[in-house]
Amino acid sequence: MIRICIIYDKLRFEEKKIYSKIKEKGLDATLVDGKSITFDTESSKRDPVFGDIILQRVISYTRGLHLTYCLEQMGLPIVNSFNVSEICGNKLITSMILKKNDVPTPKTTFAFSTESARECMKNLGYPLVVKPIIGSWGRGVYQIKDQSMAEMLLDRRQDNDNSYSRIYYLQELIDRPSRDIRCIVIGDEIAASVYRYSSENEWRTNVAVGGRTEEAPLTSELQEIVLKASNAIGGGILGVDLMEDKARGYLVHEVNNTVEFRGASAVCRSDIAGAMTDYLLKRSTK
Amino acid sequence: MKKECKDCGAELTIPQDSMVGEIITCPDCGTDFEILSKNQDTVEMREAESVGEDWGQ
Repeated sequence: MIRICIIYDKLRFEEKKIYSKIKEKGLDATLVDGKSITFDTESSKRDPVFGDIILQRVISYTRGLHLTYCLEQMGLPIVNSFNVSEICGNKLITSMILKKNDVPTPKTTFAFSTESARECMKNLGYPLVVKPIIGSWGRGVYQIKDQSMAEMLLDRRQDNDNSYSRIYYLQELIDRPSRDIRCIVIGDEIAASVYRYSSENEWRTNVAVGGRTEEAPLTSELQEIVLKASNAIGGGILGVDLMEDKARGYLVHEVNNTVEFRGASAVCRSDIAGAMTDYLLKRSTK
Repeated sequence: MKKECKDCGAELTIPQDSMVGEIITCPDCGTDFEILSKNQDTVEMREAESVGEDWGQ
């Protein structure tokens, strides 16, 4: 019997859903707390706890990335790969990879010190969007409307000890409807596509900040761009987020490595966890 | 199943279908607890990690 190991560090709706779906399909599923795993240079793939294939669902980007590296080095099949995890977890790298592969994406400027960020913002003009390069759920994402707001942000970032806070990700503000699109890609298939509408008095569309989901039609144009983005990143199980620019059409602005799908599963008819299980089965060594 | 919040003493309700690794939030003080082990009659919990800047999806 194929054994699928789900590594987590905080059990969310999604991990529970995938776990019960694996069981429902008559396969063997194990939940392993990533916080409890240890490795050494002698570790080998013989440890049966990891099963035939691993689904990495760790909420901490840094922990997940390092765990993935160790598991991959031991020769264990893992979804997603280290490379994919690294690209998705860092918005700067994601933007560069998307652009390099001709995936339409918002124009984004990177600065590596407070002084150069101030200079860039003055030159770019306002409004603009500032995002932390690491993190999710719209946290630390601000729409900067003028120079005084820019100064407040720079002040705040300067007081933060996190080394990533000194790297500035400055993005053009896209003229779009009050929604974005989340597509869940599993291998070469798009399992679900939803609109995420921002809530009242909120411009961010993240479900975590109150965004409402609604099933979105999967047009051939949308499908093409989403699969192109997924291939550019390296493939696997991904959440591709897009905005609808009123002038340029679809722009991919983010790709998620441990995609959350609670909002999507509430409104989509497709069996997202089931499709993930089938994909893992296909990717397993047996 | 019921437990007492280690921080404020409020009563925590552990849902029957909860699983190891899940987070239970105290309704009074908001402290998050992670379920470490669970069987029919007992549940063991510890304070959960606080949300990190690198947390996400």
